[in-house]
Amino acid sequence: MSAFSAINEEREIERDEFTPGIEPQATWCPGCGDFGVLKALKQAMPEVGKNPDEVALFTGIGCSGKLNSYFNSYGFHTIHGRSLPVARAAKLANPNLEVIAAGGDGDGYGIGGNHTIHTARENHDMTYIVFNNEIFGLTKGQTSPTSPKGHKSKTQPHGSAKSPIRPLSQQLNAGATYIARTAAVNPNQAKEIIAEAIEHDGFAHIDFLTQCPTWNKDAKHYVPYTDVQQSDEFDFDVSDRAEAAEMMRKTEERLYEGEVLTGRMYIEDERPSYGEEKRQIGEMPEEPLAERYFDEDAEWERTYDNLLEHHK
Amino acid sequence: MTDNELIWRIAGGSGDGIDSTSQNFAKALMWSGLNVFTHRHYPSRIRGGHTYVEVRAKDEPVQSRGDGYNFLLALGDSFARNPQEEAYYGKEELKPLYENFDDLREGGVLLYDEGLLDDEDVDEIGLEEAAEENNWHVVPMDLRGIAKEHGREIMRNTAGIGATAAILDISTDEFEKLIKQNMSGDMQEANLNVLHDAYEAASELDIDHDIEVPEGSHDEEQVILSGSNAISYGAIDEGCRFISGYPMTPWTDVFTIMSQHLPEFGGISEQVEDEIAAAALALGASHAGVKAMSGSSGGGFALMSEPLGLAEMTETPIVLVEAMRAGPSTGMPTKPEQADLEHVLYTSQGDSARVVFAPANIRECYTQTRSAFRIAYEYQIPAIVIYDQKIQGELRNLPASHFDEEPNADPGSVLTEEEIQDAAHHTSGKFQRFLHEPEDGSNVSPRSVPGQKDGRFLATGNEHNPSGHISEDPENRIAQMNRRLGKLDDIRADLDENASHQTYHGPEDADYGILVWGSQQGTVFEAVDRLNENGHSVKALGVSDMAPYPKEEVSEWLESVDEALVVEMNATAQFRGLTQKELGKYGDKLSSLLKYNGNPFEPAEIVDGFESSIDGEELAASNMKYVPAAGD
Repeated sequence: MSAFSAINEEREIERDEFTPGIEPQATWCPGCGDFGVLKALKQAMPEVGKNPDEVALFTGIGCSGKLNSYFNSYGFHTIHGRSLPVARAAKLANPNLEVIAAGGDGDGYGIGGNHTIHTARENHDMTYIVFNNEIFGLTKGQTSPTSPKGHKSKTQPHGSAKSPIRPLSQQLNAGATYIARTAAVNPNQAKEIIAEAIEHDGFAHIDFLTQCPTWNKDAKHYVPYTDVQQSDEFDFDVSDRAEAAEMMRKTEERLYEGEVLTGRMYIEDERPSYGEEKRQIGEMPEEPLAERYFDEDAEWERTYDNLLEHHK
Repeated sequence: MTDNELIWRIAGGSGDGIDSTSQNFAKALMWSGLNVFTHRHYPSRIRGGHTYVEVRAKDEPVQSRGDGYNFLLALGDSFARNPQEEAYYGKEELKPLYENFDDLREGGVLLYDEGLLDDEDVDEIGLEEAAEENNWHVVPMDLRGIAKEHGREIMRNTAGIGATAAILDISTDEFEKLIKQNMSGDMQEANLNVLHDAYEAASELDIDHDIEVPEGSHDEEQVILSGSNAISYGAIDEGCRFISGYPMTPWTDVFTIMSQHLPEFGGISEQVEDEIAAAALALGASHAGVKAMSGSSGGGFALMSEPLGLAEMTETPIVLVEAMRAGPSTGMPTKPEQADLEHVLYTSQGDSARVVFAPANIRECYTQTRSAFRIAYEYQIPAIVIYDQKIQGELRNLPASHFDEEPNADPGSVLTEEEIQDAAHHTSGKFQRFLHEPEDGSNVSPRSVPGQKDGRFLATGNEHNPSGHISEDPENRIAQMNRRLGKLDDIRADLDENASHQTYHGPEDADYGILVWGSQQGTVFEAVDRLNENGHSVKALGVSDMAPYPKEEVSEWLESVDEALVVEMNATAQFRGLTQKELGKYGDKLSSLLKYNGNPFEPAEIVDGFESSIDGEELAASNMKYVPAAGD
């Protein structure tokens, strides 16, 4: 018997279950794209059949980090850039949990960039949502890793001399097996992509364009947008790495030319997730490790019987 | 002079098999009934460079390295880059022979491999003169020749053991047994032949000397292991099944041992991208209900500062180990020092609420790692085990029965699903995971684990209200701060009642005291015995609880002595400072004996240091520093 009866509970899930009984006043500004992420995430939950107690949502620091303050599930609001290492260990400890991580572009592409690369490389079975508003919001409008070249801010008064990070291409190279871009202004697509990402068995990376009406007025709220799967202009095979790479490059470049391209960029279904790989080589137990601590009949071996012989 | 102990030093280059040979030598002596203790010294490089290990053996228990050594097996550095040249660091190949041969005791034996070391070169270093002056017995033997005759050059170390056995008149039976246990086929045969040939050759030399290897016997079955082994086994026996880390000397040992064994115990080990991730992963696993640990050494531990603070704020249990090496910065990676105490106690922003234990020996490494897990999970607090490169690598025998303990996998103050149903919930639907006043009157508010029905809450590094939601309300702030810090008082009371980690040594009514923490304890205790034999009235207190500090125990002990010398391996007297801060006085009672040259104290150095402090004389030795008490 599982000590975690919320996991895989068979019942209909209502969207409202993910709204806290008393909803805290959001810290986000009116018109902020972050509301779009929250809404899409809530809408995706009934589609994937997950209930609030089996979902663990890990966030970083910044406006995006407040996501789990307004989402009714287990939440861990960690430290700047470190949501992924905390999240992926929870997944290893209890693979039956639905693990989602979220943070901003500074969080995931700047300070936590190393973890973003390595978590994708390892292909953990989890979903990572990056709120990409091309700016530092909560610290009041500094240039971020995705701000366009030449972007002026208080910390880059002469305009940024740096080219922006290419988040989609970077994740493709790092090893993510589901990569998509969506936008807060496109709630239906966002919901579908989040649901697909959650159901994907591997590391799913969503670059989520979230307009910042306060600090990044130039970004024009990411409208109009084009869904590359719906457009005749872009005919590419989403499972073909080379074609995906080409599509991503276009998507990244055109964003800075004012054209917002969204949709699924790369999907690889064959590669086993990290947990499967680890179980395969005998480095991870078949049963969730967390269950053992709640099982009164579990046997705990001791070193005296197993390791001391070598020292005699 | 007749020594009633053997201190056998094997010296060569990294890669010459110094470590493994010394381990075998120590084990064989343990099998023969002796008590053993090893001291390792090695450079931060893979091949070449002067490496040595001392194996000290006595019939009575040994708890420290000795003063110098009385037998040197100098293999020479076969990996020297410029064997015949005066290199930047001196004549490399010869270094294992001449570097600190001053420490070879009068009447000692010096056996060297003339197969590698040229006799003419040896003449140049003034060996003959020194040998005459100190009555050393110098034995050149072609160990390399013997090794090559039966096998490969690397077997020089086996030849060295055979020759040692013959010179010291110890049986080769135990060595043969070890070779048979560890090797097979041609390898085994070749090593046995090398062992016997070297034994015969050395016997024929008929060396006359004054070392008498004592005889001993054990009342019960013994095991020989290192501090790293003991920390790892303590963790596993206390139910730890998750470790995450990044390699760094000297912490790598614990990480390696755990990684090799955890899968057999149904656990998980993760080597990750950096130490920030390492600590964060341990936190994530613990949050999901698993007993988890991570660790590092100085620089890597610095990267763990922020996750450590997150563990304090979110009250997520976690055990970290910190293996100190000489700093600052990269410092001296393979040399011991005790200079990370303040780093470990205070790193990370805000008022710290953490537990820090400093085990003094292998026995304590096991028990205190277990304590760290128990306290961390019961009180939802990070617990750190701080040790150093010395304990990490030294081997010592102790009764196997010390490890014959029941395992404890209790995840601590976690609720079951049934209990969650009855527990307090906020009207938002969230479980009240951070109650201001937990129901049992303690400062620990029981937690739930993701996946448990109706247990959802928010863990956040922001200040938060009982259901975990971010709050900057002043009254809530005070309540949560006081409760989190109040756990330290609860823990102190728990430790005082259940498991004092402090160790007392010497006559209770002594006039003077020596205060010590961590790895130098055994050496101090041996020095205290000698000081009392010399007519001084001294006792010692070994402190392991760095936080929460055992105020009552230490003040009571300090009140009972006129003055106390604090012995530690750092330059700024960190433990003395901690003691004065915690107790708020004794600045005029505490003086310091410090050593920070990369080598641990020898007992005789502490004897000298103590005697000169009592007599108000300058320290004769330049490798230590004496800092008088305030007002002196």
